Amino acid sequence: MDFAFNRNATTENKGAAEEKTFSVGTDTGSTTIKPPPQQSEVPETVGNPFLETDPRMTCRNVNVYYGDKHAIREVSLDIGRNEVISMIGPSGCGKSTFLRCFNRMNDTIDGCRVTGSIYLDDVNIYDKSVDVVPLRAQVGMVFQKPNPFPKSIFDNIAYGPRIHGLVRNKAETDALVETSLVKAGLWEEVKDRLDHPGTGLSGGQQQRLCIARTIAVGPEVILMDEPCSALDPIATGKIEDLIHELRQQYSIVIVTHSMQQASRVSQRTAYFHLGDLIEVGDTPQVFTTPRHPLTQDYITGRFG
Amino acid sequence: MARYLIRELDKIKKKILSLGALVEERVRMTSAAVDNRDVAIAQKIIDTDWEIDEMEVEVEEECLKILALHQPVAVDLRFIVTVIKINNDLERIGDQAVNIAERVLTISKRPEMDFVFDYLPMAEKAEAMLKMSLDALVNVDVDLAFKVITLDDEVDALKTLAYDRIKAAIKMNPERVGYLINLMLISRHLERLADHATNIAEEVIYLIEGEIVRHGKY
Repeated sequence: MDFAFNRNATTENKGAAEEKTFSVGTDTGSTTIKPPPQQSEVPETVGNPFLETDPRMTCRNVNVYYGDKHAIREVSLDIGRNEVISMIGPSGCGKSTFLRCFNRMNDTIDGCRVTGSIYLDDVNIYDKSVDVVPLRAQVGMVFQKPNPFPKSIFDNIAYGPRIHGLVRNKAETDALVETSLVKAGLWEEVKDRLDHPGTGLSGGQQQRLCIARTIAVGPEVILMDEPCSALDPIATGKIEDLIHELRQQYSIVIVTHSMQQASRVSQRTAYFHLGDLIEVGDTPQVFTTPRHPLTQDYITGRFG
Repeated sequence: MARYLIRELDKIKKKILSLGALVEERVRMTSAAVDNRDVAIAQKIIDTDWEIDEMEVEVEEECLKILALHQPVAVDLRFIVTVIKINNDLERIGDQAVNIAERVLTISKRPEMDFVFDYLPMAEKAEAMLKMSLDALVNVDVDLAFKVITLDDEVDALKTLAYDRIKAAIKMNPERVGYLINLMLISRHLERLADHATNIAEEVIYLIEGEIVRHGKY
C-alpha cells in the first residue's frame, strides 16, 4: 500500500505567479548585454524581493561575469534595516559571488565584471566616485575561516578605527575596543589578556574577534560568508545568538550551507540556483511552504 | 541522507494507511452493529480497540523519531505534522466506535422499542466521510477533501433530527428514558466520528496547500 506523494511545491504557487508585479526577464533591461543563444532564460523570482519600507541596500538587475561565465543573472533584491537575510543554495549557485558584490570584493578578482546597480542608502556603490576603503568599513565582512591579524587582541580591534581615523587618542581607542568586544560577546573572556595574540584564541573566539573587528569601524551592513562552518556547535550557538543581537543595530547578510542555521538566524531567506535568484520570502514561509519546486527540492535534500 | 529520509517517510505513509484501513473496518462494523443491534460485533469492536491504540503509539513514535533525527522542512515537515494529527483523529474515531458499541450492548439488553430513529443513513454518511478523507490523503486530492468538509453539515443535520425524534419519543414514553438516552448518545458519537473525519480532510488540505483551513476559514 503506497501512494504517489506530490513532491512539487504548494499549489498556491499558481496563484502567486499571477500576482507578481516584477519581472527580471533579460528583455526588460538594456540591450548592451547579449547572452549567447544557448543560454536559458532568466526565471522570474518567486516571492517579493523588494521591501516596502526604506531598505538599507537595494540591488537592481545585478549581473556578475567571470570572463565568459555569467555567474549572477539579473538579480534584484532589497536588504532591510535591522534584518538578517540568509542566502542559501547549492555550491556554485552564486550566493557568495553575490555577497561579495555588496562591498565590491569582486573588484579584486581578475576578469570579474559587475553590471546593474547596488545602492547603500542613496549611494550607488559601483559609482566611479565611490572609494572602496570607506565602503568596506560601512559594509563589513566576516569570512568562513576566522582570520585575526597576527597581532594582539587589542590591536586586532584598534587597527581599523585607527586607519579610518575614527579615534583620536588612547582613551577613545580603549573605549571603542571595549564596546566592540562587548557587542561581540567576547569582552568577559578576553578583558584580562588584551595584549595576547588574537591567533591564540579558540576558533569560536577568533570568529567573534573578527566580528568585533568588523563592528569597530562602524558598519551599517555586516556580510557573513559561512561564519560558522569551521566552528563546533557551542561556538556556532554563540555566534548565532550574537547575530540575533547584532540585528538590533545592523543589517546582516549571511551565506550559509546549513539550512538549519538559515532558518534559525534569519528573517528572510533567498534561494539561489545556477546564478539566478529563484525565491525570496520570509524565512518561516520558505521553510514551511516554499513556493518554487527548486527551493523545495533543495531544502528537503532532494536535489539532483 | 535524503534518500534515507524518503524511505523513512514511506514507512510512515504505509503505517498511517494501514491504521486508516483498520479504523475504516471498525467503522463499517459499527454501522452493522447499530443497524442490527448485533451484540457479537459490538463486543468485538470493544475487545480489539487495543490494536488501534497500539498502532497509534507506533506511528507517533516513528514521527517523533524523524523530527528529532532529520529535522524535516517544507512538504516533509507538513507531512509529519499532518500524520501526527491524522493519527490522533484515527485513534479517536476508534474510541467513538467503542462508545457506540457500548451503547449497542446497553440497548440490546432491554426490550426493543418501536421504530424511533434509523441510524443507518447517518452511520453510512460518517463511514463515507472517513473513506473519502483517507482517499484524499492517498491521492493528494484537495477537491475530495473539501467535499468531506461540506458533508459534515449533513451529518450535523441528521444529528439534530435524531435529537428531535428522540425528545418526542421520551415525552411519549417517559418510562423508557434510559433506553432512549442511550439511543441518542449514538447520534452524538456518530457526529463526533464525522467531525474527526472532517479534521482529517482539513489536515490533508494543509498538507497539500500549506494553508490551515480549520475553524471555518475556507
